[in-house]
Parts: sequence; structure tokens; C-alpha cells
Amino acid sequence: MSFLEYAPAPESTALLNLQSEYGLFINGEFVAGSDPTFSTISPATEKHIATIAQASSADVDAAVKAARTAYDTTWSRLSGRDRGKYLFRIARLVQERARELAVAESLDNGKPIKESRDVDVPLVAAWFFYYAGWADKLDHAGVGPNPRALGVAAQVIPWNFPLLMLAWKIAPALAAGNTVVLKPAETTPLTALLFAEIVQQAGLPAGVVNIVTGAGETGRALVNHPDVNKVAFTGSTSVGREIARSLAGTSKKLTLELGGKGANIVFDDAPIDQAIEGIVRGIFFNQGHVCCAGSRLLVQENIHDEVVERLKTRLGTLRVGDPLDKNTDVGAINSAEQLQRIRTLSDIGEAEGAERWSPACDLPENGFWFAPTIFTNVSTSSRIARDEIFGPVLSILSFRTPAEAIAKANNTPYGLSAGIWSDKGSKILAVADKLRAGVIWANTFNQFDPSSPFGGYKESGYGREGGKQGLAAYLAPAAFGSSPTALPVSTSSALEGADK
Amino acid sequence: MSRLAVPKTYKLYIGGKFPRSESGRVYEILDASGGFLANAAQASRKDARDAVVAARNAVSGWSNATGYNRGQVLYRIAELLEGRRAQFIDEIVASEGVSPSVAGSQVDEAIDRWIWYAGWADKYTQVAGNANAVSGPYFNISVPEATGVVAIIAPQDSSLIGFVSAVAPALVAGNTVVVVASQRLPLSAISLAEVLATSDVPGGVVNILTGSPAEIAPWLASHADVNALDLVGASDLDWISLQIAAAETLMRVLPPESGPDAALPSLARITAFTETKTVWHTKSLI
Repeated sequence: MSFLEYAPAPESTALLNLQSEYGLFINGEFVAGSDPTFSTISPATEKHIATIAQASSADVDAAVKAARTAYDTTWSRLSGRDRGKYLFRIARLVQERARELAVAESLDNGKPIKESRDVDVPLVAAWFFYYAGWADKLDHAGVGPNPRALGVAAQVIPWNFPLLMLAWKIAPALAAGNTVVLKPAETTPLTALLFAEIVQQAGLPAGVVNIVTGAGETGRALVNHPDVNKVAFTGSTSVGREIARSLAGTSKKLTLELGGKGANIVFDDAPIDQAIEGIVRGIFFNQGHVCCAGSRLLVQENIHDEVVERLKTRLGTLRVGDPLDKNTDVGAINSAEQLQRIRTLSDIGEAEGAERWSPACDLPENGFWFAPTIFTNVSTSSRIARDEIFGPVLSILSFRTPAEAIAKANNTPYGLSAGIWSDKGSKILAVADKLRAGVIWANTFNQFDPSSPFGGYKESGYGREGGKQGLAAYLAPAAFGSSPTALPVSTSSALEGADK
Repeated sequence: MSRLAVPKTYKLYIGGKFPRSESGRVYEILDASGGFLANAAQASRKDARDAVVAARNAVSGWSNATGYNRGQVLYRIAELLEGRRAQFIDEIVASEGVSPSVAGSQVDEAIDRWIWYAGWADKYTQVAGNANAVSGPYFNISVPEATGVVAIIAPQDSSLIGFVSAVAPALVAGNTVVVVASQRLPLSAISLAEVLATSDVPGGVVNILTGSPAEIAPWLASHADVNALDLVGASDLDWISLQIAAAETLMRVLPPESGPDAALPSLARITAFTETKTVWHTKSLI
């Protein structure tokens, strides 16, 4: 056993008390779905975890009706203070059941337990705690006095951070006074269903939170339901486009958090040790299944070789394997479909002339696995420099001047995240000003906080989640036509003239 | 014997210049009683594309100017508008058929709105941005900034107020605009272009097209280099199709508004064309 080899240290699954079959969570109760059930599996072993109901459009309709009734009869009549108390309860219940949720998440998603335990679930609790405190302070949300809730929110979330994305969606929606129907991703429904139990334990009025499981069709039925007032979607840019098209002409308020191809820029005056860790965190965190991943590394030319060398050494120490093992750094790819996409794009990268490298690592026989991979000699026109791979694959490009770094970083239709590494504060601020991305990490990467707005420019979507901005996404001004104007209204006579 | 008047040729305004439509087309502008008033250029698809190119080229300079500087440049426009008050009143009287005093109050209101927005240029970031108390050793700040090129279908039933109310807020944060003027009442828009051309607004920051919104709008809505689309004056168009076209590049879209309350001054009209950028910076542990 070398110093890098560790004895297995699997987290116990004994505290999981899963049911063999889960229904849809509608109006406070689990009910059977109308369409054929499906199986959710562990991507690390391909073993069956539980049987999941599939919501038909009739089921979705029932969920929206339940949410509407709850909005009309209870939730919209509740004081902000009491809404807040329910959310505080949820935050506490998440903390109490944190380990169980972390194990379930790693089992169903394939992410390392140290990430679900130390990042995902603590952030879920933080998100509910943060927005709980907003519920009785909506006058300060930035949309003027006495803002009102939108009504029923339809929320569709991805598989990369299943429970965290649920929290990003549900916490601000409920704080603002909306009721929700949420659809978790097809491959990761488990923690959303455990969350439904938490909703029951919290004594939330029936229908305020509804969870419908299923695939794309279920999501389509949900966002296109005529009685939905707000749609929030996190996922691919192509589905985001489809939703934006299908909502055209409706009054539904829409926020989209879509794909990215984040640039991580390392200047020659960067603290290199920290930068190497940041590069690893930027692309290999969560197997690279992160929309804001730093998937394009831009290194200043004079330190390129040194950075690549040190990165290779560091990647050699990453442990890939059992997500439930406490020593695992990189877990399983979430699905066979995603694995195929990563393989295809990586092969294209090679075919287009980039140089591929992975550390030697033994991958388990069953399950979906992809070794951490870096590409050097990547041209800006290569597919692996342009397309979102959504896997543990890093494309490395070089630059000479800050202006070139900025131009290359912005040379993408996406605009979600970017990283800057330098010890020179004035340079960081100047570069940050010019990057067209919604979240910029300077000398750090992939940090998240409920008070910090998150969201993209350009084709990475619109609207923000987190912070005051994330709350405003679920609110409307007191009444239509009353805007936060300070202009003396002397307009009436002039405008009457214009009407003639 | 009365002097023979010198009528004006109303042209487009693209990149700080006054070209005719490349198509060579014009259409007749009628006065309130249906008589001939002027020929206006009827902009084509290529004119719209040229305008987007001009607007894109102007984004960097305008959005990187300081808020104080943009505020002064915008205020200067109000000063020049005030100086040309009589010209605007004449045109509004001629094309809308209202009394000079009604036209005068429209011009006054337009100027006041312009000043209201000019004052926001160095303040909206303070009101719409914030420092974030994250739980860790990080400096964290969220600031709104310009989204880029904004295409605007100006309100169609207003000469000046509607146009100003749609264009001014988009400029505040540093966006550049391509605006399709009122088809029926375009004279004020072109006269405003003359104001812009003699002010300190860099060429390309405001580009004005006259002609058929129904013809031009689809090319703007489907243009990949347009970041946002303001459909405030598009209620009579097939605006749902425009929204669908705009979805292709995830354009930020504002819906049509109608009636006298269309495009009332608001901070929301400024922030609608901004992106919130959040910057995290480590703090050392000392």
C-alpha cells in the first residue's frame, strides 16, 4: 500500500430508510402516477434503488390545481412571518437529517459523499435559512413596497445538484409567497422525495409544495400548464430555448439558468499552489457536472508548461471511485447517456488535434466512469473549447496579454462564470470588469452562498438565483403600472394629446 | 410675397451618420388631415443589420464610460432638446394635429423624462447592486451592468414621449440601441437624431430606423448580435413570433405595452437591460 492508497472508508447506508416505491407528492400526500413507473439507479453500480412514479399530464394538472388551491386558500393569506417560520422549520429538518440526505444524494447521483455531505446539504439548509428570513421583509426585495407573489411556480431542475437545485428553487419561491410544483430530474428524483417527507414533517399546508417525477414530457406538461404564473428552469441551453419559445406570448415570468463554458484565467503572477487547487475544484468538482465549471483553462504562456506539469502531478493524486467512500474525490458520471456525450466530445477533441492526458487510474467495472482528463494544444475553434461537455474534461489554452485573455474568455455564446488568478488586485478588478459572465471568482472557484446572486449572461440564461435578486425573481410590483418612479406625474395632459 | 419654404429630407440615423435606406425606398408621412408632410426613408433588412453592427461597435466605449460621464452626455441631450423645442412642437402639431400647447407639454414631458433618466446613470448600480454577506472569508459584490445591444420597437402612437421613454432608459446603463421609430409619427425621432448627432453621444450608441416595424422587427429579433429586445411598441405586430425568434439566442425581451401608461419612467426599465455580475474575491486570513 503506497502513501496514496487508503483502505476503503464507505459511509454507511444504514441510516437510509428508503421505500421500495415512491409516488408523486401532490397536495401533501404521496399518490400513484398514471404513467408507467421507472427505476432510479445508482450510477456507480447500476443497481436499482427505488421505483419512481411517472407523472402524466393529468397528474401534472392535479399538482398545479393543488398548488393553486393552496395559494388561494392558505399560503397567500398567511403572514410573511409565518411563511418564514415554516421555512426555518424546513432548514432545521434538513440539518437534522443531513447525513441521511447526503448518503441518498451520493447514492442516486454518484457524487462523492464528501461533496454531498460538506457542500450540497449544508448549502440546502443555508438556502432555506436565508430565504426564511426574507419572508417578512419583502418590502426590501427591490421591487417596491408591498410586492406580491406571482402565484403558482413551475420549477424544473437538473440532476447535477438534485437537492441543492430544489432548495434554490423552492426556498425563494415560498418566501415570496408562491406555491410550487417541482419536477426533479429523471435520473435523480430520490432526495426530492425525501424532501417531500420533510415538507410533511414541517407541517407545511397541503399543496404548497408538490413534487412530480418523470422525464421531459412531464416537464413540458408542467411549464406549459396554463395555470402556472412563473417558470424557473435550470438545465441545458437547448431545453431553455425550447421553454422560452413555448412561453412566448404568455404572461408567465421566466428565469433560466442554463449552460456554460467558463474560463479560468491564470496569470503569471498568480499564487500557483492555490491556482492548481482552484483549477481542480473548477473542473473536477462534482465530476465536472457543473454549469459554471471552469472548463476552459486560460494560462499565461510563460507559465503554461509549469502549470500543466503541476496539474498533472495533482491529478495523479485524485481518487476516483465509490461515491460513498469518504476518501473519494471524483465519483461516478450520472448516467450512461451523459457518459456517452463526454466520450464523444473527448474523442472529437483528440480528432481535432488536441493532446489528451489522464492520470493512470483503475475505474470500477460496473457503473458509469470517466477518468479526469485534460487537453492541451486546444485551439479556440475546437469543439472541446466551445461546447459544454459537462464532465471531468479540461481544455487548456494559453494567452500572452490580459487583453487576449479577456477576448478568449468572452469568445463564447455562454456567460455564466469565470475565474481569475493573480496576486495583483487591481488587475483582477480590471479583468473582472471586462468579463461577460454572471459570476466571477477571483483566486477561488465554485463558491456558492445563498446571499450571493448566481446566473448568466447571454445564452447562459437570465434572472438570478440567490440573494435579493433571487427573491425578486418570484415577486411582482404591488400593482401593474405602478413603478418605482420618482418623476412628478405631470404627464396626463400631454399623453391625452398623444392619443388624439 | 411669402418666402418659399425649404423642406427637410428625413433620413435614417446609423453609426452617427444620416444615410438613406440602402434600398432606396421612401414612404409618405401624412399630416393629421391626411395631407403630404414628408418622405421618410423606409429601412430594409440590410439597414437593420448595419445598425446592429454600428451599435455593437459602440458598446465598448459607451458602457465603459463612467456613470458620471454618461449622465452628463445624456443631460446634454436634454439641453439641446430644450433649445430645439420649437422645432419639435411644429413637427408634433403638423403630424398629430394637436394644439401647440399640447405639443409643448409633450415636449416638456419628454425633456423632463430624459433628465430623470440622465440622473440615474451614476446611481442605478447603488440601488440595484449590493454587497453580499457570504459565510466565508470573501469580498462579494453584485453590480448590474449593460447587457449590450438593445433593439427597440418604439411606441407607435406617440411622436416624442414614447420614443424618449423607450430609448433613454436603455442608454443609462451603457447599452447601445437600434430603435424602430413610430411608423406613422417618425418626424420627432429623426429630429432627435439631429440632436444626438450634435451632442456628445458617440456615433452608433443610438441608431434610428424609420419604415415598417412589421418588416424590420423580425430581422432584429432573430439577430444573434442583439442582446435584448424591447417590444414596448409592438402590440400591433405579431409580437409572439418575435418573442419566439428572440428565444433562439435567449434574448432578454420586454413585452408590448399600450395606452398612455406605456413605458412610464421606472428604475425597472433601466435594470431590465442590465446583467447582474457577482464578483467573489478571497480575503487573506490574518
